[in-house]
Amino acid sequence: MSDDHDHRHGAGHQRSPMTDIERRVQALEELLIERGLVKPEVLDQIVETYANDVGPMNGAKVVARAWVDAGFKARLLAGGTAAIEELDLGGPEGRDIVVVENTPGVHNVVVCTLCSCYPWPVLGLPPTWYKSPPYRARMVREPRALLAEMGCEVPPQVEIAVWDSSAEQRYMVLPERPSDTNGKSEEELAALVTRDSMIGVARL
Amino acid sequence: MSASIDTITNMEGQAALPRDNGELIFAAPWEGRSLAMAVALVDHLGLEWEEFRQQLIASIAAEPERPYYESWTAALEALVVTQGLTDVDELTRRAEVVVPPA
Repeated sequence: MSDDHDHRHGAGHQRSPMTDIERRVQALEELLIERGLVKPEVLDQIVETYANDVGPMNGAKVVARAWVDAGFKARLLAGGTAAIEELDLGGPEGRDIVVVENTPGVHNVVVCTLCSCYPWPVLGLPPTWYKSPPYRARMVREPRALLAEMGCEVPPQVEIAVWDSSAEQRYMVLPERPSDTNGKSEEELAALVTRDSMIGVARL
Repeated sequence: MSASIDTITNMEGQAALPRDNGELIFAAPWEGRSLAMAVALVDHLGLEWEEFRQQLIASIAAEPERPYYESWTAALEALVVTQGLTDVDELTRRAEVVVPPA
């Protein structure tokens, strides 16, 4: 294991069992793809279009609030789920969201090595690469190199912490507030926050 | 695309996409996949969106208490079957053996 990377496992990493409807939807998707009737990348694109306004905007609101309200930020880092509920966000699978804070010395990034656990009540639907085996394997093995390939250069003096999500514990990154944002409103700040920055594959 | 996003997002009545505070809501990732499959399939087959919408209305009417995207998925399955792309047995069989994404 490289010295710049601390692999912190969530407790009890298990797949959540699939529900009947999830099975039916997945079976349908596999069938339609096999027969060349739909393409996975087209589905991703449609999902992204429709989910755009629900998507990562919830997470962005959480981040912006934490930037302007130190009390909220403290509560958020102490217990992500409860703090997120203060904003009337969250949902059944937002139960156990753990927020990890980027600092000048630490850059956090989230992965799910076993499957594709993702804090979707705050981040919307996961991007396809998040579920891809190379991302899941390499983010643990060589996070700095993979992040650089994804266009996210982490300065060499900054430690990278990789957080492995599980069905019980889903991570979201609290990015650092950009330095040139004094005087911006909470709403303007939220508009700066990208999905990728909350997964930790981008810096703001 | 034969069905524009406006046609779909402006559906009214029981067929209207669930919203919260004006924003579309997906309660779980499979709901988004199911929505996307219907949009993509209608497009691929060159059907009118109206054809799926009627299927959806019938599906909601059949089980009014069922959650919206479960009715949507049932409508999609019905469309796939009526288009002769598969049959109910195959769908059932495949749903039994799917494995979570590796």
